[in-house]
Amino acid sequence: MGTNTLYDKVWASHVVHERDDGMVLLYIDRHLVHEVTSPQAFEGLRLTNRVPWRRDSILATADHNVPTTDRSAGIEDPISRLQVDTLDENCRHFALTQFPMLDVRQGIVHVIGPEQGVSLPGMTIVCGDSHTSTHGALGALAFGIGTSEVEHVLATQCLLMKKSQNMLVEVEGCLLPGVTSKDIILAIIGRLGTSGATGYTVEYAGSAIRSLSVEARMTMCNMSIEAGARAGMVAVDDTTLEYIANRPYAPQGALWDQAVANWRTLHSDEDARFDAVVRLDVGTLKPQVTWGTSPEMVVDVDEVVPEDGNPDYHHALQYMDLQPGTPIEAIRVDKVFIGSCTNSRIEDLRAAASLIRDRTVAENIKLAMVVPGSGLVKQQAEQEGLDRIFKAAGFEWREPGCSMCLGMNADQLEPGERCASTSNRNFEGRQGKGGRTHLVSPVMAVAAALHGHFVDVRKYMQ
Amino acid sequence: MKSFASIKSTLLPLDRSNVDTDAIIPQQYLKSVKRTGFGVYLFDNWRYLDPGVLGQDPGERRIDPEFVLNRETYREAKILLARDNFGCGSSREHAVWSILDYGFEVVIASSFADIFCSNSYKNGLLPVTLDAAEVDCLFGEVMLDPSFACVVDLEAQVVLDAQGREFSFEIGEFHKYCLLNGYDEIDLTLQHADKIKSYEARARRSAPWLFT
Repeated sequence: MGTNTLYDKVWASHVVHERDDGMVLLYIDRHLVHEVTSPQAFEGLRLTNRVPWRRDSILATADHNVPTTDRSAGIEDPISRLQVDTLDENCRHFALTQFPMLDVRQGIVHVIGPEQGVSLPGMTIVCGDSHTSTHGALGALAFGIGTSEVEHVLATQCLLMKKSQNMLVEVEGCLLPGVTSKDIILAIIGRLGTSGATGYTVEYAGSAIRSLSVEARMTMCNMSIEAGARAGMVAVDDTTLEYIANRPYAPQGALWDQAVANWRTLHSDEDARFDAVVRLDVGTLKPQVTWGTSPEMVVDVDEVVPEDGNPDYHHALQYMDLQPGTPIEAIRVDKVFIGSCTNSRIEDLRAAASLIRDRTVAENIKLAMVVPGSGLVKQQAEQEGLDRIFKAAGFEWREPGCSMCLGMNADQLEPGERCASTSNRNFEGRQGKGGRTHLVSPVMAVAAALHGHFVDVRKYMQ
Repeated sequence: MKSFASIKSTLLPLDRSNVDTDAIIPQQYLKSVKRTGFGVYLFDNWRYLDPGVLGQDPGERRIDPEFVLNRETYREAKILLARDNFGCGSSREHAVWSILDYGFEVVIASSFADIFCSNSYKNGLLPVTLDAAEVDCLFGEVMLDPSFACVVDLEAQVVLDAQGREFSFEIGEFHKYCLLNGYDEIDLTLQHADKIKSYEARARRSAPWLFT
């Protein structure tokens, strides 16, 4: 009968040294590396004549800058190309495992880690990217770091950190058809606020979480950072183990059995102590749509743009060119983006495609695009014929990468354009200067594409 | 890393909450493979009316004269003043690099995002968290008189104004020690290399699947 949380357990098993001032030297098992936040870290290593401490802990891929159109001729933008070439060169120089742009296993770092079995329960996992929290869905402690920390982990396999507090988010109830884990996490962020979980590691628990697939759990853990939490976690259960079994980098044979015995302990004790507890019933939850420029600015699809005296609301409404009282379903969109580390996995694409049923994208939609999370997700989707469904409906079917989630490649919004996006951030300029982002689930994005404006996707479910 | 002791400076008031790192430095500038030169892109989407690209001469661009960073009055400020949850969103350290490169040495806000805070410490930028009421008070002073200046004293953990008012702030002992001395964390950690090696040896035995 312990009182430890899942986070307490994974943290404790990775403490190398505790300083008198409470800072802990924490061992890092897995380091995922991409092209944007690593060049300065590798440069730092070279300048100090250091080498990576444990090369086999590292997996690198280029995802942010890569084009999602034909790649056979390389990257057209010379600045993007230099950054991707720099990663290739650093991986060669330090002999690191990398899935380069033309490898079928290439993809968004937070999609390929779990897909390959590179991310495992009980691990500490870091990456120079705030959405590293995604991997917590496997019962790992995974969090984003800055470039100085990337260099620190490369050089020492450790990070100097202070332990966070524990927050439990308990989600009960059975989701209605058309409502997804994206809607749950948006509702949680709406309730907690964008800094409500700052300083905490969040564990998502409860019957609703238990009944979610691992991929759906990833969508939730992914957006923990949008509530301020550096890490989100879900306890290991049979669903987790089934997901991991037989992945290329997962342990096999006797090692698998030994690992599973350990992973079975990766849950919070019955009397675990949490510093904060939030309870949510999602039995009546409706699809969520953000209306503003922070993920906390979110409402039900059948609501209206809210009125509030807060100056931040005023800024947001102005930027989004919306009037309070406008029904969400009356908001017309110009572009639709299905992709990102939040919602680009095979289940997301299946759910999105299933809604189409011979319908086509509305005439006012300038671009509707589907960007699979990895080459393997793309391959799987094509084997299932999902690409044909999307293309027949008027969607563009692209190559894997971060794409229009942040527009570091050519996939961007023009000033004033409005997008229904399955990504994670609706910040000003996130998808391109002056672009207006509304965050939704994949099925809500498809429904918006088919109608040209937001609609309550539950209408399709009856 | 550059050490930090204390500064006296005017303040630049950025009267917003939830200033995210996309706003601090937009995505197109993250393509740089260097640590320097980001100052001209700080708050790019608010500061310039037209979109920019990495390497472009800022003199060619149209500035938004209304944006606080473009007002001559605050040109010399080394302290950036903002509200809740400063630095939220992306983990991009370019946000801290651009703030430092522009010339700020301190950010005062009523709260900060975690990753931004840790990135700040590692680069010698001091994040100072004050109560919302204290931040309000500082905004009031700066709005009234742009020449209003403060001393930020890290050793004493205090912000002092000319009238002798003191606003004390908290900072972890370790971060204070590193900032005051300009210590490099990697050097400090490598002093424990033997402990890391013995941890690894134990973990290889107890959890060998983590090392494949």
